[in-house]
Amino acid sequence: MHLPAILPWGAADGFSKQMLLVILSVVIIATFFLLAARKQQLVPGKLQFAGEMAYGFVRNSIAKDIIGGRDFMKYVPLLFSLFFFILVNNIYGAIPVIQLPSFSHVGGAYVLAVIVYITWIGIGIQKNGLRYFKLATVPSGVPVYILPIVIPIEIISNFLVRPVTHSLRLFATMLAGHLIVMIAGSGIEFLVMQENVLLKGTSVLVLAGAIAMYMLEALIMALQAYVFTLLTAIYIEGALHADSH
Amino acid sequence: MNQLIISAATAEAANPLVPNPWEMGVVLAGFAVLFFIVVKFVVPMFEKTFAERAEAIEGGIAKAEQAQAEASAALEEYRQQLTEARAEANRIREEARAEGALILAELKEKAASESARITAQAHVQIESERQAAVVALRSEVGTLATTLAGRIVGESLEDDARAARVVDRFLADLETQNAGVAK
Repeated sequence: MHLPAILPWGAADGFSKQMLLVILSVVIIATFFLLAARKQQLVPGKLQFAGEMAYGFVRNSIAKDIIGGRDFMKYVPLLFSLFFFILVNNIYGAIPVIQLPSFSHVGGAYVLAVIVYITWIGIGIQKNGLRYFKLATVPSGVPVYILPIVIPIEIISNFLVRPVTHSLRLFATMLAGHLIVMIAGSGIEFLVMQENVLLKGTSVLVLAGAIAMYMLEALIMALQAYVFTLLTAIYIEGALHADSH
Repeated sequence: MNQLIISAATAEAANPLVPNPWEMGVVLAGFAVLFFIVVKFVVPMFEKTFAERAEAIEGGIAKAEQAQAEASAALEEYRQQLTEARAEANRIREEARAEGALILAELKEKAASESARITAQAHVQIESERQAAVVALRSEVGTLATTLAGRIVGESLEDDARAARVVDRFLADLETQNAGVAK
């Protein structure tokens, strides 16, 4: 499932197209937001307005609404970086020549999920000490005789499954989208090559389907960036206010 | 496209859930760099702009309130000045009216005194003229009478002393006669 490397050319391992795209995404995001934020005018220009809209979306609609309170500002940089890093890397999949969402390779999704995992557990311990693990796994108000069942479920769902689903959700949607577009392309190519005119004609149907799937994938690419960031915010909020859950 | 299919086929043996450690490294490094830039520059710059904007808006409101207060103070002052000006105008009008009345009275008085003076002067002149006329008439009448009497009598009455005596007696008689008539 790996594309051929750029350096050395065509080898199974090495510097791949996916790595280049990841680095490019950092350059794109940093350049855009540094340019947008540079002027700092009270009445923003078009670029600054776009940057402020994007920044304000993560700051207010994700960080402020989910985490809330006075301490949401501390987590805005992380959420902001995550959202646009994932968004740009996903959108690659919808750009005709590039056609490769970086997170269709599972490694990147693992890395981000682990960063988030460490972050929210760290926040929980920082806020509540080691008591945090009790707060996170023993729900209050549950009858004692059910606890032997509930506690293992909570441990599994919070500490084992959560990072896995968090990373695989992103990876799987991107891989599936990538595969669908690729399969549709191959299918069209195959059908067009057929001798039978009727079979050849069916390629149009596949093309129509492929375009529809392409639109759906574009939506999912943006949606998954939002979902990943939103879940991060929810995990952080849960760790911050573990004692009130 | 063929190459894609080939590469997909060659990778078929590989499990898609097994990550490429180099890719993980690149993502980690890339994200770290991005996170650093965001923490260091992007977020502070945007927050600074937001804070400045909020301050500008709040400052604008304060400024507007101040302007409004100034405007109402100016209006108050203007009204006060208007009232003062009206009072001043009234006062001046009253003064002018009083002064006018005074001048009119003065003029009337002056005219009256002037007319009185002219009348008195006229009286005096008339009196003196009359006196002069009386004196002139008396001497004329005397001369005339004596001349006439002399002619009638044929005797010269040229003697002044006698003549004057005769005339005076005649005039005295005339006056007593006149006085008797007037009574």
